[in-house]
Amino acid sequence: MKVSYYPGCSLHGTAKEYDQSVRSVSHALGIELEEIEDWSCCGATSAHSTNFKLSIALPARNLIAAEKKAQDVMIPCAACFNRFKTAEHHLSQDPELKAEIEEIVGGRYQGSAAIRNPIDIIVRDIGLEALAAKVVKRLAGLKPVSYYGCLLLRPPDVCRFDDAENPVLLDRILAVLGAEVRPWSFKTDCCGGSLTISKTEIVVRMVDKLMEMAREAGANCLVTACPVCMANLDMRSSKDAGLPVFYFTELAALAMGQEGPEGWFRLHRTDPRPLLKGLQLL
Amino acid sequence: MKTFLEEVNEKINGVPIQRCYHCRKCTAGCPMAFAMEHNPNRVVKMIQMEKREEVLASGTIWLCVSCETCITRCPNEVDIARMMDVLRQMAIETGVGAKEKNILKFHEAFLANIRMGGRINEPTMMVHYKLKSGDLFSDMAMGIDMFRKGKLSLISPRTRDMKSVRRIFEKTRQS
Repeated sequence: MKVSYYPGCSLHGTAKEYDQSVRSVSHALGIELEEIEDWSCCGATSAHSTNFKLSIALPARNLIAAEKKAQDVMIPCAACFNRFKTAEHHLSQDPELKAEIEEIVGGRYQGSAAIRNPIDIIVRDIGLEALAAKVVKRLAGLKPVSYYGCLLLRPPDVCRFDDAENPVLLDRILAVLGAEVRPWSFKTDCCGGSLTISKTEIVVRMVDKLMEMAREAGANCLVTACPVCMANLDMRSSKDAGLPVFYFTELAALAMGQEGPEGWFRLHRTDPRPLLKGLQLL
Repeated sequence: MKTFLEEVNEKINGVPIQRCYHCRKCTAGCPMAFAMEHNPNRVVKMIQMEKREEVLASGTIWLCVSCETCITRCPNEVDIARMMDVLRQMAIETGVGAKEKNILKFHEAFLANIRMGGRINEPTMMVHYKLKSGDLFSDMAMGIDMFRKGKLSLISPRTRDMKSVRRIFEKTRQS
C-alpha cells in the first residue's frame, strides 16, 4: 500500500531513530511512504495552549497538501497525530470555522485523507500474520510494558485509535515479535509532555513513578510510539538505573533482522545495548 | 456585559461547563493535580462564582498539560482540557499574563521558531527559550550529549513556501 507520510519536526531531529525505523519497517512490510510536499509544523502543544485558530490552521495546511494524493496519511508522532485528528474533528463539525480556516490557509479542505498512526496501519491493514511472517529473531527474554501515553488515545471520540483506558494494539504487535509483554496499569498515564523544559522537576517526578511501576510489573524495558514520551522516559528519570526505552519500530526492525537497530540504540540516553546483548538479541 | 461563565462557555463552544456536578473524576485522574493550587473541578466552580482574576492569574491553568484524561472520563462531557486552553488564551488576551512565566515563554519560543522556518529546529528553539527565560545552564550536559550523537543540527530542512506559513500567523494573530 502507498501512504502519504508526515514525519513532523521531532523525527528530523531528536527522534531521528524513530523516523529511520518507521521507514525501514514500512519498506519491509510493503508500505510505500510518500512524504507530504513541503510540510510544516503542526503547532503542537504551544499552538493550542495559546491560540485556537492557529492550532487548527497549521495542521490544516498539511492536510490540504496531503489531499492532493488520494491516500491515507501516516503520522508516527503521537503529538502530531493528535493535532491532526483534532483539526479534522473541528473542521468537520464547524462549517463556519472551516470556511475561515480555508481562507487563512488558502485552499479547500475536503476531509478526504484518513489520518493514521503506523500501529493502526500495521495491525489493521498489513495484519499481524503478515508481520509474524517477517520475524526472524524472536525477542525472547525481552519483557516490555507498552506505554501509549496520552496523545494517541485521547479524547477517544477524536482519536478513534484503540480503547482509551486499556489499549491493546501495541501489546499485540510486541507479542508477535516474540516479546514477553508485561501487563500494567500505567499504559495511558501522562509523562508530563512539553513541561519537560519549563517545569522539569514535575516531569522527573512523573517519569520516576512510571519507571517504578514498570519495574514492579516485572518489565525490563518500556516501549512507546511517541517522541515526547521517549524523550521524557529516556532522559528524565532521576534514578541512575532508568529502564531502557524503545520505539516499537526499532524492536520490529530488530526482530525482522534488519540493518540499523544497533546504530539507533546508540542514540538513546539510556543505552539499551547491554540488556539486548545479555539476552543475545544483539 | 457578559459574565465570566458566559464568556468561557462561548469560547469553548461546546457543552456548557455548568453541567459539571462535581463528581471530581477529572481531579482524581489529573496527573498534574498534585502541582496545582486549584483542582480542575474547583476551577469550574470558581468560574461560576465569577472569580475571573483569581482563575486567570492562577498557575493551575498553565500547569494543565492537555493529557485529556478529564474529558475522556467526564460523565457529563465537560471539556475541561479545552476550558484550560480557553482560560490561558483569555489570560494572554486580557494582559494578565502567565503565573508560570517559563511555560508561556516556552510556547512563545516554540511558535516563533515555526514562524521563522516553518518547522521546529530544536537547538535554535532551545537557545531562544533559554535567552527568554534566563534559565541558561540547565540540561547542558544532555544537550552536548545529543549534539555529539548528531541529534541536534542547526541546519535542519525548512518549509520552502514560508509565505503561506507567515500568512497563517498573521491571519490568526490575536488582537
